[in-house]
Amino acid sequence: MAVKEEGDTSQQGKKSRSRLILRLGALLVAHSGLVSVVCCAAGIIAFILLPVLANNTYISENALMPGSADPAFSSQEVLDANRLTMDILNRGAAKASGIEIAKLLREYIVAVGAESYYHKFVPRANKFHPLHFFSSTTDNLDLPANPSCGSFILNAVGIIRAPRGDGKETIVLVTPYNSQNTTYSDAVSLGIGFSIISLLSHVTWLAKDIVWLAADSRYGEYMTVDSWLKDYHGPAFPGETSRIVDDACFEENNSDSLDHIKVEGHNSYVYKRAGTMAAALVLKVVDKKEKEERDSLSIYAEASNGQMPNLDLINIAHYLAVHRQGLRVKIGSIIYFLKASWVKLLGEMLQHITTLAKLLNPKWKLDITSADYVEGTATLASSIYYQALGVPTGSHGAFRNYQVDAVTLEFSPRSSLNNENVRSAFLLKTGRLIEGVIRSVNNLLEKFHQSFFLYFLTAPHKYVSVGIYMIPFGILIAPLPIVAAALFSSNNGSSNKDGSWKWLQAAKVVFLIHLWAMITSLLPYVLLQLPLVTPSSFTSAWAAVAICFLLITYLILWSSSIDCGWELLKSVMIVAAAIGLSLMSVINFSTAQIGAMLIVPMCLLVKPARKQTQGVFAKALMLTSNLALLVVAFPPAALLIAKTLFGASGNIDIGDFWEWAQILWSWNSATYMYLLWIHLPCWVLCLNIFLYPCIGSSSKA
Amino acid sequence: MAALCRRFTGFHFLLVLVSLSISSLVFGDWIGDDEGEQFTEELLLKPLPDRKVLAHFHFQSTAHPSPDSGHHHHLFPKAIAQLVQKFQIRDLELSFTQGRWNYENWGGSDPISSTNAKPPGVELWATFNVPVVEIDTTWKNLTHALSGLFCSSINFLESSTSYTTPSFVFGLNVSNIRYGALPREAVCTENLTPWLKLLPCRDKAGLATLLDRPSIYKGYYHSQKLRLTSTKLSGIILEQTLTIVLQPNIQRNSAHSLLDGAIQPSWSISSMFKRNLTGSCVLARTSRILVELEKNIVSKLEELGHGGSWSNSLLDLSPNPFRVIKEVNPFPEESNSILFEYVNSKEYEPLDVGIKWKLPFVWSSPHAPFHASRFLMGSGTERGSIAISLQSTKSDEYFRSKSNECRMQAVVFQVVPWYVKVYYHTLQIFIDQKLQNLSDVIEKIRVTPSEDKKLPGTLELVLGYPCTVQSVALTLDFDKGFLHIHEYPPDANQGFDIPSALVTFPNLHSSRIYIGDDSSVHSPLLLKFQEKNVVLSYTEVLLVPFTTPDFSMPYNVITFTCTVLALYFGSLLNVLRRRIGEEERLMRSKDATKRGLIPLIVSKITSKLRGMPRSKPLLIFAVVLSVLFHYIVN
Repeated sequence: MAVKEEGDTSQQGKKSRSRLILRLGALLVAHSGLVSVVCCAAGIIAFILLPVLANNTYISENALMPGSADPAFSSQEVLDANRLTMDILNRGAAKASGIEIAKLLREYIVAVGAESYYHKFVPRANKFHPLHFFSSTTDNLDLPANPSCGSFILNAVGIIRAPRGDGKETIVLVTPYNSQNTTYSDAVSLGIGFSIISLLSHVTWLAKDIVWLAADSRYGEYMTVDSWLKDYHGPAFPGETSRIVDDACFEENNSDSLDHIKVEGHNSYVYKRAGTMAAALVLKVVDKKEKEERDSLSIYAEASNGQMPNLDLINIAHYLAVHRQGLRVKIGSIIYFLKASWVKLLGEMLQHITTLAKLLNPKWKLDITSADYVEGTATLASSIYYQALGVPTGSHGAFRNYQVDAVTLEFSPRSSLNNENVRSAFLLKTGRLIEGVIRSVNNLLEKFHQSFFLYFLTAPHKYVSVGIYMIPFGILIAPLPIVAAALFSSNNGSSNKDGSWKWLQAAKVVFLIHLWAMITSLLPYVLLQLPLVTPSSFTSAWAAVAICFLLITYLILWSSSIDCGWELLKSVMIVAAAIGLSLMSVINFSTAQIGAMLIVPMCLLVKPARKQTQGVFAKALMLTSNLALLVVAFPPAALLIAKTLFGASGNIDIGDFWEWAQILWSWNSATYMYLLWIHLPCWVLCLNIFLYPCIGSSSKA
Repeated sequence: MAALCRRFTGFHFLLVLVSLSISSLVFGDWIGDDEGEQFTEELLLKPLPDRKVLAHFHFQSTAHPSPDSGHHHHLFPKAIAQLVQKFQIRDLELSFTQGRWNYENWGGSDPISSTNAKPPGVELWATFNVPVVEIDTTWKNLTHALSGLFCSSINFLESSTSYTTPSFVFGLNVSNIRYGALPREAVCTENLTPWLKLLPCRDKAGLATLLDRPSIYKGYYHSQKLRLTSTKLSGIILEQTLTIVLQPNIQRNSAHSLLDGAIQPSWSISSMFKRNLTGSCVLARTSRILVELEKNIVSKLEELGHGGSWSNSLLDLSPNPFRVIKEVNPFPEESNSILFEYVNSKEYEPLDVGIKWKLPFVWSSPHAPFHASRFLMGSGTERGSIAISLQSTKSDEYFRSKSNECRMQAVVFQVVPWYVKVYYHTLQIFIDQKLQNLSDVIEKIRVTPSEDKKLPGTLELVLGYPCTVQSVALTLDFDKGFLHIHEYPPDANQGFDIPSALVTFPNLHSSRIYIGDDSSVHSPLLLKFQEKNVVLSYTEVLLVPFTTPDFSMPYNVITFTCTVLALYFGSLLNVLRRRIGEEERLMRSKDATKRGLIPLIVSKITSKLRGMPRSKPLLIFAVVLSVLFHYIVN
């Protein structure tokens, strides 16, 4: 362009020359179509390349020193675990009151010389709090008027005070179990928990206190852990709620309890704390029926809104599991991608390309086999999916709300645990692994801060850091402002009078549509007050009210939305979408990434259907792509497509949408806000542009 | 009796003298006679309910004020005497502690716990005999002197952000007291060695020989304390105490046996300390070992029908004690603790005091009426609150002794570093979970708000509430300050410590009265037990997580700032230098000839290329490309 300008110096030379950067900007704006195509393609390709760009994990914090000490967990502890397991199964079978196990656990904990208490709470349903996103809700002390015995949940908690420690920090170990329906694997996980406690109660190296929470997950493990944490970080002054029902429900049976329990009996409900939490491990055992060649460990780490624990915590668990205990480590993967042939094809292509690239420069560590790529893609997809959903994948999510790094370690034995040998070997391995992880965290002087907090995992030992995955996203949304500027300037240039203020009308339209979306997002609060029962009735009511409001908005807006012309409308909409996406990328990157893949092409491509274009083929292409994108980007449609793609069971009910939305808001997921505040208005505006009645001069631009 | 005692020890000293060289004869000269300086060593052993044993070493040196002795001392450590003289110290208490005192299991209202349970790390307080204006400088100098003396970083207490002036907590109505605590100070042998050097026999003879480093640092609690009192009348009294809680070796066969038989582990001095005790420090006036049985054990013994016996069906104390000392307390129907006294004098035969348990037996230690604990509330790195909770332990003794109308007093003393910005107006007090009107509960309050980088915040509070209360809780909201990069301590990513709060119960005392204690037992330790000590307990140290910068950041900041500065100055100069009108005129005149840089280059290249043969531009292009490619690849 500069060269072109230079060509006719006689005319342009009189104007003072603008700065280089402005000229570059102008160049980009002038070629916005090309730029947007290139950027979109590059962004999507770079995104697909992420499994190739993943690095091997390494333990960043030197103080952790995983596996540097020999495990002390021995057959003695295995015996302890077995004993408790048997006791639980015997007693649990005898009395299924839900309290028996907690009592039993407390007896065991006290016998080992640790402090112990019961934590008691009343489970509450998650409600829709329109204003409580991102804020921890520590209030709602609305106890039921007549709490019955069954409505209480009793957790047994054990605390080991580090012998020479100053008690400033703690490591938390959680073993969820279901007190109503205690399975064998629940009992085994409690056994492991206890054996760890019994081991740690007499080790000399402990510097941080250890808290063991045996969480009764009768009403969901997350709620139990969360309420315990809430009490830990809140004013749970001793004996709050408990006294009322104490005498009625839990009569202390003094005759059969031990002497020292009697001594401490009076304050067994007093909440005890043990310093700031350094890390937490949630321990689970899953007894699988089918045989595998090795015991395996699944790591779950995603907390609410895509927050992850420090990568080092996953690293030490992985390192110890693989290199010390010989377990197979798994992290979640989406099966669809493992089986999809196009991913396989892509993998093979990439394999060839990377080998070629390696010939060019052997320093490039890009070599990836097709199988690795497929597995990496499937794992990455699940990593992104769970982060984007914003719903924690386990009770470890509750810890993240208090800035505590936590992971769930789910162990599954190679064959059924009923086999004595299998069980002993399994207990020894898991016990040693947990001991190792606790020992590593115990070594830690500072809190976890060395390694990454923002990453995707593509394999248990491979990660994509924020520095890499931001690039595809950046490239993907880069054309948005350019296209907006191009549309704006082209419109401004062509229009003659009062054109410079016309965009305000477009902005008004965009603003009102966003306002409508915001109201729609708050509608469930009103709907929940209505006497509706089924989820499908909720969905239809929600949709009906939202559409009504939208129509009303359009009645108000009709004239101005026609007036301003679709270019301006599109330009302002794109700006709003760009702002929304970049904000969302800070809050929950994965949501923004998935959203951007849908929204950005739609925003860039959308054109009025009636717009005159040269060539039937081009017009048809434009129409179909517009239509396809509009369908795909509509959140419910996207959900349906995802559901059918990823092989969910057949029949689809409209009630699912309500349930889905309910999950999102009950977990305070920012994805809900993104969908309704950014994605939905953007989609509505695109639809508006698509159906734009192209009359008047503006359409000829 | 005292005379007898003296003769007794004198006799042994005679033996010692015979066996020792002539040099010790010189010492022996004044040991018996000189009343000016004295040294005593005592050791109290006490079984604890949770299978542990408390060992409390008590060494006391006194120097009478005698003008003729001048700067010279025979027994009294010169370093301490000089310290007292130089800084005009009236009272001083310095403690180094590792581990936490377990108030639930190890007792909360006996003299040991109220005087020797200390917060983790270093705690120092001192009162001075100097004019008020000089106190701060004296304190600063003192911290440096002590830090040199004890190989520790007490000098960190020099900064005005780390010490404070409590007004009524220590019961001393003085303005010349200073108090400071370093919760993060690690305590190890390097602190013990200088402390032992203050003893006349060091750890070469006497009770201090028991201090085998590996075994005492393996314990569950370790607190070495130095207490100085100096008056014109009595001279300087230096008490050095070492309180340790040890776990006797137990055969841990299986947890099942732990569940079934709660038999206490048997122990003896040699098994716990891995050393034998042979002979006393010759310079010590008395050297004795006391074994205490708590009143709950004694009541059990009485139940079994053997009151003060040391060998019975429950336990076996060996060897036979020299004397039995019984406590008297105001409630005659209750049983009291018993002390068994051993005199450590035999040089050739090790004195191996120990208890052998025969029956499983569980008892509990006397609790303070309220158990104090402190915790942090809230989450996030912006704000939070501190809560101090007092939970009734329902200790029967106390409630039986008082009528229903009684009122409990509790003094809370809390020092908070300045970067934890406590809002004292947010103080809330809950009694039995009910929010109270502050004026109903608070009897006296003194708040010194913190001042950034100058003063820590101090809260002193006297609470009054009925004795029957189950729980009392105080909450204070705070903001976490935002610190300068150089204000972060080492290991800032761990978080910041809030020193222990101190909760005292001024109307409760932990004094004990012993039968037959006139002058018969001249034991500084027992005298100490008979003092009226207020029952107190320290709370946990808190760790407040702070936002921390990336400490490698300064480099980035420097480069970034430099870039910004360069850009700023560059454009500023550009603007200042420019004359727009002139430029436009120039441009207009030169426009026909002058070209932009890029077009100029482009046109030059094209003109050159035009002159070249056809193959050359391709070659150049290829060369440029390959160079570029190589650059990118590497």
